[in-house]
Amino acid sequence: MKRDFTIRTLVGVLIALLLAGPLLPRWAMFLITVSLCYGTVVLGMMLLMRTGVVSFGHGLYYCLGAYAAGTLDVLFGVSDIAVMLLAAVAVTGVVSALLGLLLRKYRDIFFAMLSLAFSMILYGLLVKTSALGSSDGFNVAAKTLFGIRIAGTEFERYVIFAVTVLIAFVAAVCMHKYLASHMGRLAGAIRDNELRVEYMGASVRNTIHVNYVMSAVLAGLGGALAAVSVGHIDPEMSYWTTSGEFVFVAILAGTGNVLAPFLGAFIFETIRSFAYEYSPNTWQMALGTTMLLVIMFLPGGLWSLFTRMRRAA
Amino acid sequence: MNQLLAVLIDGLIYSSWLFIIAVGLTLIYGVMKILNIAHGSLYALGAYSAASLAGYWINQGHAPMGSYAMMLVAAILVGLIAGPVIERGLLRFMYGKDEIVLVLVTYAVFLILEDFIKLTWGVDPYFLYQPYSLLGSFDVGNLTYPVYNLVLFGMAVLIGVTLVWVLTKTSRGKMLVAVIHDREMAAAMGINVSLVYFVTFTAGAMLGAVGGALTAPMISVQPGIGAETIVLAFAVVVIGGLGSLPGAVLAAVLVGLVRSAAVHYRPELDLFAIYFVMAVVLIMRPKGLFSVQEARKI
Amino acid sequence: MAVVLEARGLNKNFGAVTAAADINVAVERDSVVGLIGSNGAGKTTFINMVTGYLKPSSGSIAFGSRDITPLAPRQITRLGICRSFQIPQLFSTLSVYENLLVGVGIVASGGAKWADASRHAGTPSETVDSILERFNLTGYRDKPAGVLPEGVRKLLDIAMAMAVKPKILLLDEPTSGVSADEKFGLMDMVMEAVRAQQVTVLFVEHDMDIVNRYTHRVLAFYEGRIIADGEPGVVLDDAEVRKYVTGEARAAGGGKHAAH
Repeated sequence: MKRDFTIRTLVGVLIALLLAGPLLPRWAMFLITVSLCYGTVVLGMMLLMRTGVVSFGHGLYYCLGAYAAGTLDVLFGVSDIAVMLLAAVAVTGVVSALLGLLLRKYRDIFFAMLSLAFSMILYGLLVKTSALGSSDGFNVAAKTLFGIRIAGTEFERYVIFAVTVLIAFVAAVCMHKYLASHMGRLAGAIRDNELRVEYMGASVRNTIHVNYVMSAVLAGLGGALAAVSVGHIDPEMSYWTTSGEFVFVAILAGTGNVLAPFLGAFIFETIRSFAYEYSPNTWQMALGTTMLLVIMFLPGGLWSLFTRMRRAA
Repeated sequence: MNQLLAVLIDGLIYSSWLFIIAVGLTLIYGVMKILNIAHGSLYALGAYSAASLAGYWINQGHAPMGSYAMMLVAAILVGLIAGPVIERGLLRFMYGKDEIVLVLVTYAVFLILEDFIKLTWGVDPYFLYQPYSLLGSFDVGNLTYPVYNLVLFGMAVLIGVTLVWVLTKTSRGKMLVAVIHDREMAAAMGINVSLVYFVTFTAGAMLGAVGGALTAPMISVQPGIGAETIVLAFAVVVIGGLGSLPGAVLAAVLVGLVRSAAVHYRPELDLFAIYFVMAVVLIMRPKGLFSVQEARKI
Repeated sequence: MAVVLEARGLNKNFGAVTAAADINVAVERDSVVGLIGSNGAGKTTFINMVTGYLKPSSGSIAFGSRDITPLAPRQITRLGICRSFQIPQLFSTLSVYENLLVGVGIVASGGAKWADASRHAGTPSETVDSILERFNLTGYRDKPAGVLPEGVRKLLDIAMAMAVKPKILLLDEPTSGVSADEKFGLMDMVMEAVRAQQVTVLFVEHDMDIVNRYTHRVLAFYEGRIIADGEPGVVLDDAEVRKYVTGEARAAGGGKHAAH
């Protein structure tokens, strides 16, 4: 039973990570944390792709989430993780609800280009804002969680890790349930034949708008969590190449299951960290080549490989 | 009054540059329906090759005027090599796939070429200032402009006029236009679509490289110029209408003037300007300024 | 009998082309109406206007007492007018079951927004299975819609239109593309389902045998106008209809083919 399998795996991974956390070496914990942040963003990309639209500008929300979290500290002295995350959700929710009003009317290349345009607008604005460090960005440090001090304690790393794991888990479970619901099914129908969906009485634009907002909030959460765990944010998060990476990981992972984005993100981050260390000038070449191979031989992404293996078993 | 004139002139110069970098992209999209992200790398390759070849020419003590020819030779060579390699070696196996998939394929090529450039030329910037400073400057009122900017304007006009002539007056060009409008019908009428694709992509690659070569003397040639430029080229192409040459001209002029106004009156908005124009145009005309009519679906 | 759909003075111009000229039609509840005419005569334009895909240049369309002329296709569907398509519009990567589930799900989740709380009895899954049975599609249940043979695609297209429980069903050439020996089977199945759910049907057809057999009333279109309106026997014998739509061959009583 596919459905049980997903939930069971998610719960299993959640427990394993939370328990193993304190035992992991620092670099591993960091790698997993960053992968989960990325994976959360890609989870949103997956939803959009299943609805038939590809956003080439999700860096906008990734960056907005991060800056929402970061500016709370810089401007208001608030550095509680919970508040930061709430701020990220609020900001990305509002912005995506507004931009979605426009974007829901476009498809294909135009949707991609418009979404790219908005992300580049934010990039341009941030680069020119010296109060926020211009192109250098600034450092972010979370000091408390729900009021309980964590900065400087021995638990700091683990708490950030655990919060990320929990949020990723909740996001994955919710998305899984959503995709199995009527509205989630509508996404695939819209991707296949919008005309028919309209002629059966459902609103294509409303569904796209809702899914767009959901994906934006997920990207914002990913960005805020990344800000907290990495400790530094900069306008590059909104540059089009960042958005391109999200698209890449989504293609790499495949859209078959909510586990796929996290798996894809983990592989991506792992390769990236090692590639940077040993050969920083061939990293993009490796990425590009992998993308071509996936497109040519595994169009359903890595997850389709997994389903093929399961079916054979 | 003076400021207005400055805005106008700066605007037209920037428009010329925008047109040059965007025209190859819109040509390729019009004929092949591919939004070629690798265009950015071809631009970069053109810039680097021009910097190297022209730089070598000058360093060897040859006539500095020859450096212009060297720049163009470099660009044409880049187009003639990279174009066929990419189109015959990779793209032609992907025709027929979804539009978005093709974009991702060109994105992959872009990534590969970006590192290819880093491996070949290193990460330090190159400078090729001679072709720029060599021509001196001229005055308009009490504003001074480098003559090189005039060259840019001239090249834009030359490229535009040549393309229009080729597409409307030559039989080969008209075949290209036929393919733009309906690939299947064109093939059914005996046009060798495969050859048309090959020629178009190579021409587009050359145009991209020429854009880079012409720009090299004005900037520091370094990693990242491809990524910066491709987004601007996209914006121009989308604003003008994908595949439309007159659209690209109008879009380049529009964006150039708006950006120039921003630079003069509100400099903090200059990066913002082009995307703002794109958003506004797309709101008013969802497919860009000039777009192809579509037939009824059901 | 109650009039369920009424078109008054419909005109549609595309520049110099007149696709519809002064169309006046009153359709009675539970009737089966055939729309005939050569290609470009205005049948599909009429359907497109009724379903909201096109707005008439002038004139109005009323569903019951309600003016539906300015409404969008989605709203018109929710009021209870549904259509099938000449080229089947399916969700090709979804299975037959999932295709129907989308429609049933839309109705189930729409609640009071639908014309008459027309919810299906039973769970969505049960409803889909009963639709599959009624249209003989159970054997194709888990197959992706994209790989189905043409006749089955047509059937699924119609089944999907029925899944949203319409009060008026518009079928655009239901048997086109279907092999000659399957046509009657398909129409029998569709008409049975229609009668069971008390649906008013209008369908466009080029096959006069189908028209003769299943309709109570025929509307003949020519150059955007309705040139004949009445019982099938009468309309098909009409001189103008023979001239512009069916062809003279019928007059001799010969030929089973519809000429146009």
